[in-house]
Amino acid sequence: MQRRTLLISATTAFGARLAGARRANAANPFKVGFVYVGPIGDLGWTYQHDQGRLAMQKELGEAVSTQYVENVGEGPDAERVIRQLVSGGNQLIYTTSFGYMNPTERVAKASPAVEFEQATGYKTLPNMAEYNSRFYEGRAVCGAIAGHMSKGVVGYVASFPIPEVVMGINAFTLAARKVNPNFQTKVIWVNTWFDPGRESDAAKSLIDQGADILAQHTDSPAVIQTAEARGVFGFGQSSDMSRFGEKATLTSIVDNWAPYYIDRTKLAITGKWKTDSVWWGIKEGMVQLAPWGPSVTEEARAAAEDSKNRIAAGTLLPFAGPIKDQKGAVKVADGKAMSDDELLKMNWYVEGVQA
Amino acid sequence: MRIRIESRRSASRLLPWITPPFAVAATVVASAVVFAAMGYAPARTLFAFFVAPLLSVQSLAELALKAGPLVMIAAGLATGFRANVWNIGAEGQLTMGAIAAGGVALAFWDDDTARWILPAMCVAAVLGGMVWAAIPAFLKTRFGVNEILTSLMLTYVASLTLTSLVFGPWKDPEGFNFPQSRMFNDAETLPAVAGTRVTIGTILSFLVPLGLWVVTRYSIVGFEIKAVGLAPAAARYAGFSESRTVWLVLLLGGGLAGLAGAFEVAGPIGQLIPQITPGYGFTAIIVAFLGRLHPLGIIPAGLLVALSYLGGEAAQVDTGLPRAATGLVQGMLLFFLLASDFVARYRLAFAGTHSADVRPARPKAAAT
Repeated sequence: MQRRTLLISATTAFGARLAGARRANAANPFKVGFVYVGPIGDLGWTYQHDQGRLAMQKELGEAVSTQYVENVGEGPDAERVIRQLVSGGNQLIYTTSFGYMNPTERVAKASPAVEFEQATGYKTLPNMAEYNSRFYEGRAVCGAIAGHMSKGVVGYVASFPIPEVVMGINAFTLAARKVNPNFQTKVIWVNTWFDPGRESDAAKSLIDQGADILAQHTDSPAVIQTAEARGVFGFGQSSDMSRFGEKATLTSIVDNWAPYYIDRTKLAITGKWKTDSVWWGIKEGMVQLAPWGPSVTEEARAAAEDSKNRIAAGTLLPFAGPIKDQKGAVKVADGKAMSDDELLKMNWYVEGVQA
Repeated sequence: MRIRIESRRSASRLLPWITPPFAVAATVVASAVVFAAMGYAPARTLFAFFVAPLLSVQSLAELALKAGPLVMIAAGLATGFRANVWNIGAEGQLTMGAIAAGGVALAFWDDDTARWILPAMCVAAVLGGMVWAAIPAFLKTRFGVNEILTSLMLTYVASLTLTSLVFGPWKDPEGFNFPQSRMFNDAETLPAVAGTRVTIGTILSFLVPLGLWVVTRYSIVGFEIKAVGLAPAAARYAGFSESRTVWLVLLLGGGLAGLAGAFEVAGPIGQLIPQITPGYGFTAIIVAFLGRLHPLGIIPAGLLVALSYLGGEAAQVDTGLPRAATGLVQGMLLFFLLASDFVARYRLAFAGTHSADVRPARPKAAAT
């Protein structure tokens, strides 16, 4: 048994050294592929992934060459595109949406020599890693601002009731209720990640129901634009959306994939890449908050800074007890905090959410 | 000088078969110009777009996989279009077929040895698609409701039904609350052929248009469908029932679309997910017309449209051509086809020049 382990580690070390020597140089750059779920455009989920790719390309220079395919559907087309990137000689492939998980797994099993990075899913293999961002930390900071600046009713334009979105609504509401115990979050599901028309309609009806701030877990600037037009406030998503509503935008949660892409691609080039399941947040810089907008009050600004710093330091856990659900039953006891496993399966709402 | 559009007297019967290749050639030339204008090397991009996907067995298999549902659905739809029955809702019928097949697969998920389960899934899918097409058929024959509207609107009902199932009762219990069903087991998955993603379903999809061709050409039913489409009054006089034809072609189109749904979920997807079709039901309408509503024309048309998708991806990977350019090429293809059809069937007549048209010129409208 021991001899066998030794043998394996010796082989691996040798393989790694060989790979490190062979892998990257200017004439023969290390090829990295990306699969994008939307068009790149100039803001939003895919745009931020592409910014990450460009930052990585800039950092690693001639050692890498990158390729991407945009607007790839999360159905049967995904596997074809991933396979195409494999046959195009890519040695590391990032698939940047949850719906690519099963297709990525199938291609990864068939291509053991290629390394895969899959965003926001939960399956790993020796050559397939998962990475995700603790978006809910950013939501908690927004919640602190909303708690200070809202009269008590905030509208939330949400995409799909998957754990990530549910978690965001809850983190936001919990943080706001620490400031204002009567705080209510009204949620409208639009069943899309990007549809300016529907997002805008949802935003309008939330304002009509008394919301004085809008939060969004969708990709278009429609919510911010509606907030600006109607004279209420809003939080942007994925990219800094302040240019769509200078007065309205309090801040935006910005996805910053660059540090991760640089880190993992470097490891792959030197042959030290190992599978992993990564969930980074404010501390690692994967979740960023855009500069506070001009409308943010002094009090809210101080609360937001404080919340951000303490989350980064690990002294503020957004899901620390006591937490009650919508019916008022205690779900997390005082002195306890929810584990990552519990968070990743979250399918219930905290007190104060109307969804 | 007035310009009039008039139909050509002697339109060749071959003409409908000449214009598609012409449209393809024109698209290639125009694409080259567009690629060059966008700053991409035209030759290399054209090669990546139109030729590279045909050069390996793997990518030919992918081409067949993408074209399979298109040709099967288009063959069904075209039969209806010939009878003047406009089923625009194949997308929803496909979704309902997939739901039915998935329902069977999930109900018997624990049994991964049953041989009967794949055939049962296919039968369920055909029935699912037929039920979804039967609604417009019933509304049209009973109340005279326009089937374009009903079949189209039912598409959204179907896709919301799928959404509510995968977000609700059919969600994978081990799936971290993500909206997907379990992966089907091995007995519920169509076996792949020779290391590709092509399945028996793909092969069957190409046999369906051939079968339909034989049936529509050599059977009385085929003649009936054609007669009802071309000359409803004559068909009625001949004793052909219009409502029977409506039912027949809608059930046929719905059943085939449903079957395509089963082939997708039991094939390359392997589970139910919120969005199982990248618009196959709608693209199939284009394929049907590109293929001249003829079963044998639909096969090359489906392959060509599939090639435009694969080629678009290949060009993105190889030259960095943006995805939007794929849409542009597809749009040009349709434009050139419609335009060349138009030019082939009509001519411009200039008033004052000699015209073959012997009708007297319409008198100037009096001030009424």
